Amino acid sequence: MKETIVLSTSGLGKQVSSPEGQLTILDDVNLAVHEGETVALVGPSGAGKTTLLALLAGLDRPSHGEVRLCDENLELLDEDGRAIVRGRYVGFVFQSFHLMASLTALENVMLPLELAEAPDASKRARVALASVGLETRTGHYPRQLSGGEKQRVAIARAFVTKPKILFADEPTGNLDTASGEKISRLLFEMNKDFGTTLVLVTHDMPLAGQCDRVLKIDAGRLVE
Amino acid sequence: MKSMAFAVRSMSRDFKAGELTVLLTAVVVAVTSMTAVGFFTDRVGRAVEAQAAETLAADIVIRSPAAIDAKFLQQGEANSLVTAEAFDFPTVAQSDTGRSLSIVNAVGPNYPLRGKVKISDELFGDGYVTEAIPEPGTAWAEPGLMARLDVEAGASIRLGAAEFKLTKVLDFRPDQGIGFTAMAPSILVNIIDVPAMDVVKTGSRVTYRQLFAGEPGDLNKFIKQIKPELSDEERVSTIDDTGEQISAAIDRARRFLTLASLVTVILAAIATAMASRRYALRHLDTVALLKSLGAKQNFIQNITVLQLIMIVLITAAIGTALGYLAQFLLAVLLAAITPFELPGASPRAAILGLMTAATVAIGFALPHLLQLKVTPPLRVLRKNLSPPPLRSSLVYGVAIAALIVMVWAVVQEVKLLAMIVAGVAGLALVSVLAGWILVRLFTRFRGVGGVAWRYGLANISRRGTESVVQIVAFGLSLMVLLLLTIVRNDLLDNWQQTLPENAPNYFLFNIDPDDWDGMSEIFAAELGRAPDFLPLIRGRMTAINGVALEDRESSNSQGRNFGSREANLTWAAKLPASNRVSAGEWWPEDYDGAMQVSLGQQLADSLGVELGDQLGFTVGGEDILVSVTSFREIAWDSLSPNFYLVFSPGEVRELPQTYLSSLYIGDESNGMLKTLLKEYPSVTLIDLEVTLAQIRDIIDKASAAVQYVFLFTLLAGIVVLLAAIQVTRDERRFESAILHTLGASRRQILKGIAAEFIALGALAGTLAAIGASVVSYFLAQQVFNLDYQIDPLVWVAGLFTGAIIVGLTGTLATRKAVNEPPVAVLRNG
Repeated sequence: MKETIVLSTSGLGKQVSSPEGQLTILDDVNLAVHEGETVALVGPSGAGKTTLLALLAGLDRPSHGEVRLCDENLELLDEDGRAIVRGRYVGFVFQSFHLMASLTALENVMLPLELAEAPDASKRARVALASVGLETRTGHYPRQLSGGEKQRVAIARAFVTKPKILFADEPTGNLDTASGEKISRLLFEMNKDFGTTLVLVTHDMPLAGQCDRVLKIDAGRLVE
Repeated sequence: MKSMAFAVRSMSRDFKAGELTVLLTAVVVAVTSMTAVGFFTDRVGRAVEAQAAETLAADIVIRSPAAIDAKFLQQGEANSLVTAEAFDFPTVAQSDTGRSLSIVNAVGPNYPLRGKVKISDELFGDGYVTEAIPEPGTAWAEPGLMARLDVEAGASIRLGAAEFKLTKVLDFRPDQGIGFTAMAPSILVNIIDVPAMDVVKTGSRVTYRQLFAGEPGDLNKFIKQIKPELSDEERVSTIDDTGEQISAAIDRARRFLTLASLVTVILAAIATAMASRRYALRHLDTVALLKSLGAKQNFIQNITVLQLIMIVLITAAIGTALGYLAQFLLAVLLAAITPFELPGASPRAAILGLMTAATVAIGFALPHLLQLKVTPPLRVLRKNLSPPPLRSSLVYGVAIAALIVMVWAVVQEVKLLAMIVAGVAGLALVSVLAGWILVRLFTRFRGVGGVAWRYGLANISRRGTESVVQIVAFGLSLMVLLLLTIVRNDLLDNWQQTLPENAPNYFLFNIDPDDWDGMSEIFAAELGRAPDFLPLIRGRMTAINGVALEDRESSNSQGRNFGSREANLTWAAKLPASNRVSAGEWWPEDYDGAMQVSLGQQLADSLGVELGDQLGFTVGGEDILVSVTSFREIAWDSLSPNFYLVFSPGEVRELPQTYLSSLYIGDESNGMLKTLLKEYPSVTLIDLEVTLAQIRDIIDKASAAVQYVFLFTLLAGIVVLLAAIQVTRDERRFESAILHTLGASRRQILKGIAAEFIALGALAGTLAAIGASVVSYFLAQQVFNLDYQIDPLVWVAGLFTGAIIVGLTGTLATRKAVNEPPVAVLRNG
């Protein structure tokens, strides 16, 4: 099961212009993530964790090197092509939840299904919400939910399309300890249930410790 | 299909969540203003035109020296037009006590088709309106004719071979004209009586008139049908061809109304741009999220375009309905103040409403909304990431194009279009520049005053671009306020002053220089002063630079027509008060050299004459050659005697000429008029009182309409103000929450916000005063042809009203942001 590589990089690097000249954010990152694996990206602030996550998910383009996601070379795709890949294979969980304020919990979960023109969006979204324990909160707007509940809606939204890879950026960063623990448990349970590969950016070492592998980044370089 | 469903759903959600309120309101205000102004000005315009039609006594008149072909009458009737027949000819009127040349106006049933005839029962008695025409065998004579014949109402007179009883005194007929062509007093008779007079024969000087009136569509159709069929002798007059005085008054009224509607549209468009920018900014996260979930750029673009189409349709429908309602209420309101009979609203304004919504949305909202398409999906991880800034050329190019389309839709005059577009662009540039300078200067005063002041000024400085945008937006709104109040009143006063209460109400013609002394004595005894006498020379222009007028290609038809008839010429040492030299130089007062001529600019343009050209004239059988040394803009609506052609003094005195005079004579001096006409029977007297009242009425109605039209401009200004405040509202909420958290009291935060808005208002007020002064000067000089002194009150009012209005509105509108619990704001980001 874990033998299939679903995400890999080779010679991945990112540089940006700054008043002091070219600034290297990431340098020569090479990694391979197997199907169903859980990987934590850890490191100090400014080490390049979020940049790496963005490149892995095709949200940004590298300065050099390449990313292969589910056999697609993201470097060869334009923005729309990468969007299609994300819609087909990727789910996200963000630190600040990113729920649409004007949509109910159910509508937020339905959104990726509607974008993919998937049938039974409402039914599938209800099932997803039930799986995170929010079946009674389907008609609530984000402002009517607690932080933990918002993140559970976000997790339901991430899993509703049955993605091959789930990227989570500090998923417990905005939550209290109790809620954070519940959310991390939920993430790993769903990862197991759906067989989804999980790539997690976190400062939370206990959370990182639950992953199969912990990748440490320092000054833009991968230090395993 | 997916895009459509998504666009509808997300728009309905945005609408429910209040996300679209500001943008929709801005476009609705734009459409409401435009359609209300459109409906209203269309109705006012048609009412004013109807008023002008009264000077023709019809909507269309065909004139001819020969009997008019009956086919035109049939065509008129076939086009559902009402018709009337009239013809005018000179003949001698005789009574037992005197005889005088008169112009007989023979009129048939339905006359007049527009306007009313006014008569009185005795000479200089109280006049009243009548719907009738003289019964067969009776006649109504002008006072001048009755005085010459030395008769009173009830007397019998003879016109040719027929005898008439003078039953009424003719005080006014709508088509009497106020030009100088009526050289003898008129007498109105029934057309049935003409054959009995036995004076109209082949070769007689008769002007046949066929009058037509009806609906605009029918009239246009009729005009198109008959124009190719007219003979050389048959001329068509429409309300566009009425006397210069009425035309000038209508033209000014239209310009006022047009300007009012334009300012409204421009302000509403600015509000739309600001609201759509805010809408786009607030949706960046949503779009980034959609993209991270797999949405393609085309999908985002399709949603944007579809939502824009929905915005256009919804706002056009709501705005047009509100516009109709608003103009209806306006008309009702206006009717209570002045008897203002407006025709019904035409559907043209509804089309204008749709066009406005589309133009405003495409020109001012679309560029900002399309920016959503290029939102980087990475924004889901890095909130500070925004779409690449729009190219200035795109934003301004599209906005300027939309502005030109809108301005053209209401102005349709190249000069005014260029002035307005250049003015708006110039004003925007200067405002932005001045805004930057002021913001920079203000930063230095941060150390002065307490924490609130420091916080307020720091905000202005930190939000550099937003502050400049707000100053420009507030400045424009305030400029409108200033233009609306102080400048408008000054302009209207100036305009009204061109027609003072004691404007001349009588013209005297055919005055022999030998009669000056005697007439002056009569006037001096009654009025305490003698009037000025102006020379009147009858002559025909024959050639320009040696080329006969009819052979010249550079003259238009109006110019060539000018050469086919005798014109009224004069000479003067001093430039008449209601004239302004537009090119060349006026001669010195003591000039006595070779003859020169000054032309009215309009005539010079029609003839294609340039300064230095040699004009040939025939005056009293003598050919003369004069050079053109100046052109003049003439204020025709001043009602002073004005001439297209004025000669220099000197040699001209040798030409045959009579004199004319214009003066104000009150009702109490009617006895003097009788004496004057008896002692100087060759003098022709024309009563202008009714015409004056007619022109004053037009000006009054137009002024009232302009004031109400400007209410919408004011509304648009307020929306700009609110839209500008909305742009920074989210940021303010967050800042207030942070300040609360740091221990600031609600009062301290409010004081800081008040300081910021008061400072912004003062800066905007300063800009507004500069703008209002410059704009009003240009308007007065270039558009309205008025002399205008910049009012220092504009500056004081600009500064203080800016600080007060913006300070108060801004603080009140932001108050809610301050009141929100900080924890809620910080939790929601």
